[in-house]
Amino acid sequence: MGRAKIPRKSTNIDMTAMCDVAFLLLSFFILATKTKPPEAVPVTTPTSVSTKVVKDEAIVVTLGRDGKVFLMLNDRKHKDAIIDDINKTKALGLTPAEISVLKKQDFIGMPFNKLKSFLDLGGGIPAAKQDGIPTDSTNNELADWIKSVSNAFAGESIDNLNLLVKGDNSAKYPAFKNIKTAFKKADIFKFKIVTNPEGIPADSELGMNPPKAEGK
Amino acid sequence: MDTSSGGGHKKGPGVKKPKKLSTRVDLTPMVDLGFLLLTFFVFTTTMSTPKGMAMNEPKDDPDNQLKVKNSGAMTLLLGKDDHVFYYFGELVPETISQQFKSSTFKEIREIINTKRKNTPIGDLMYIIKANKDATFKNAIDILDEMTISNVPPGHYAEVDITPTEEMLIQKTEEANPGGK
Repeated sequence: MGRAKIPRKSTNIDMTAMCDVAFLLLSFFILATKTKPPEAVPVTTPTSVSTKVVKDEAIVVTLGRDGKVFLMLNDRKHKDAIIDDINKTKALGLTPAEISVLKKQDFIGMPFNKLKSFLDLGGGIPAAKQDGIPTDSTNNELADWIKSVSNAFAGESIDNLNLLVKGDNSAKYPAFKNIKTAFKKADIFKFKIVTNPEGIPADSELGMNPPKAEGK
Repeated sequence: MDTSSGGGHKKGPGVKKPKKLSTRVDLTPMVDLGFLLLTFFVFTTTMSTPKGMAMNEPKDDPDNQLKVKNSGAMTLLLGKDDHVFYYFGELVPETISQQFKSSTFKEIREIINTKRKNTPIGDLMYIIKANKDATFKNAIDILDEMTISNVPPGHYAEVDITPTEEMLIQKTEEANPGGK
């Protein structure tokens, strides 16, 4: 009895289509990814259960591990106004060329008295070598910066001002307190702290009785 | 285009026709690479969405200091190496040693919770103080504990530390170095 012979089929599949799909998705994700905004100093942020997303267009105060404070004006619309305002209110006497260098900086981390010479050199000093903005109680220059920020937002709703504090885990508490003092001096009482998300512990009060949507 | 006849030689009967090579390439490794990069990008993008914790600072107003009932107050002190100290009410010199207790971030949640349950909500107040050795992480963690324990906003505040408390923390830390 002759058995029906099963024809042997090739196990090779045409991979072209799959390859197309893979690279299509890949290019989509690469293009859709926003490039990470430049960071003044590497910062490991603390974690919190907060789920509020922060906007990119913000004024970010970065607190480095060693307590140095940097200011990032990521709000393009107001950046120029803030810088012009600080030049005027603090009588820094910057030339237009220096101001344009300052406007090109991603972050500001120099005290007022060194700002001019820093800008004359083209502002190419890496963040780690900059002094940071002084925040101590006798000479709180951050307060002046924040005042200029709030001046630039004058006439707008205070909700438009996204003030973020991005602090490093191991920064010391007094440095954070100085930043808060600077905000208070500029009459700003609302700000946000950048944190990494963290799961809500299931056995906690918040996990068992989540609050109703409020505080919006 | 005829590329098979190299050098413009005439095809003769003796010239061998080169074998036609298949144009099919095995794309499997390319697919592998594609998906590898794809997974890498998918993971890195979703991981890095920063979240923000809202802070509302009170206005400094020396004439209008908030009065807190002794029975409802709990003071949390943050010290070096993630230590947490706490006491209820006001420190009374005679009973300081019983009042002033040491704890950790793991245990403090339970204590915060018990206090919240046993206190009428109108009187409840957590006072958070940090000394100079506390870190930024500690300050955020304790505020986060407040959220985790469902303490309503306005029932906790960050206040400057007093010299007495500073001294007490130092004493406790000296008493059990490397303690719990």
